[in-house]
Amino acid sequence: MKRNRSWWLVTLLTLLALVAAGCGDDDDGDVATEDTTEETTEDTTDDAEEDDAEGDDMASGDGAALIEESETLSAIVEAGSITIGTKFDQPLFGQVDPTAGGEPVGFDVEIAKLIVDKLSEASGEDISIEFVETPSAIRETAITDGTVEMVAATYTINDARKELIAFAGPYYVAGQDIMVAADDDSITGVEDLAGKTVCSVQGSTSIENLREMAPEAELVEYDVYSKCADDLANGRVDAVSTDNVILVGLIDAEGDSFKLVDNPFTEEPYGIGVPLEDQAMRDFVNDALEEIFESGEWAEAYEATVGTVAESTPEPPEVDRY
Amino acid sequence: MDLFLDGIRTTVSLTLYGWLGAFAIGLVIASFRVSPVPPLRWAGATYVELVRNCPLTVLFFLFWFGLPNAGVQFPRFPSAVIVLALYTGAFVAEAIRSGINTVATGQAEAARSLGLTFGQVLGQVVLPQALRSVVAPLGNVFIALIKNSSIAYTISIVELTGQAQTLAIRSAAAIPVFTGAAIAYLILTLPSGFAIGWLERRVAIKR
Repeated sequence: MKRNRSWWLVTLLTLLALVAAGCGDDDDGDVATEDTTEETTEDTTDDAEEDDAEGDDMASGDGAALIEESETLSAIVEAGSITIGTKFDQPLFGQVDPTAGGEPVGFDVEIAKLIVDKLSEASGEDISIEFVETPSAIRETAITDGTVEMVAATYTINDARKELIAFAGPYYVAGQDIMVAADDDSITGVEDLAGKTVCSVQGSTSIENLREMAPEAELVEYDVYSKCADDLANGRVDAVSTDNVILVGLIDAEGDSFKLVDNPFTEEPYGIGVPLEDQAMRDFVNDALEEIFESGEWAEAYEATVGTVAESTPEPPEVDRY
Repeated sequence: MDLFLDGIRTTVSLTLYGWLGAFAIGLVIASFRVSPVPPLRWAGATYVELVRNCPLTVLFFLFWFGLPNAGVQFPRFPSAVIVLALYTGAFVAEAIRSGINTVATGQAEAARSLGLTFGQVLGQVVLPQALRSVVAPLGNVFIALIKNSSIAYTISIVELTGQAQTLAIRSAAAIPVFTGAAIAYLILTLPSGFAIGWLERRVAIKR
């Protein structure tokens, strides 16, 4: 009888824990291929120099010319509204409050708004934004079939996608990072994982990266990240490692008990997806991104979203006009 | 291949330790269920019904992720052994109880009338006969335990099935890898089956 009671207690507590942990794991399959990353860095240098030659005063004059040249942008200005695809379930990047609903909030959303601000400025029209949900699998389709004019949705720039759509940016470089207990200062990077117990998801690129880059670490693998978080909370693993974007989401959900090491060891550039043939729109978005990098608006957007969980604000990446 | 052998080793040790625990639990619970003390009988019955009717995956989850909420925490491998032992113990208890029921009540009565205590009746008269008659059902439970040990993978004990999964993902050749895993399980279970058959003939009471 006594046993009976304690089982109920355990069951009840576990149910509570489940409810508490339930909402946080969106395992986004955004994985950059390594060759993409390399290519990105190479190209950037040339183009950045070109830009300097063109002059720093990228004023609304140039913007207006680009709008005229771009089919998509002129249509947006004419209609006075733009439809932008973003994630609705990615904490701190693009997330609609699961209980309250409403507009999505996050870093992707802020960046999109800033770009549209530049568009309003350059065209002299007040352009309103409609956000629609674009989960990973449908992002290319949404752009090619015209459902959205632009996508800002933790969208990794890679070669396969460049065949279908064009990327402006990157505006953020994500990467695999490490999450530890809030009071743990012994791990500051991937090299400190030797001899530690590290958790990630079965069959993920993250766990393969760990096997390669932290061969001395003892790996623990589950089917979902929330179980890794549970083990970390109970002190059964020393660290959890995967894309920082997923980690900040877990930290955001968990409150103060975890922290991000904030020293990524792989690179995954996030870009703004625009229609493939619209070179002028891509140039416009790239110009807008460079402007917000310069003006500090980018850093403000970062600090208001991802920065609430990650400690340091990184330098903005260099735009890649491939 | 090394990974595979590693996995087999883990599966074997999970099974053996699990079996030791399960057998002990089974003996105790079966004794509870036939004891003259009603609360013990109820406790035994409750245990069997709760554990036997709960999927093993759920037990693993509750034990590993649920118990820490109640302040109890075991290391990973012992946790897996404990859960397997608790779960298998319920089945062992039922097998043994059915064996006890095959022993004619007259024997227990006779033993009682000679002044033996309940413990002595059970331990020296009834159980030795009961166990001999349930070698085959216990063998079933043992083989089930070998295969059930694969569920330890849900708490990240990388045994045979877990290694197969890792290998399958790495090699992108799931079918050959899992065929290999199936053969490895057969290599473990078939000899167990033969050993059980031999033991059964060996200890059978010729009447």
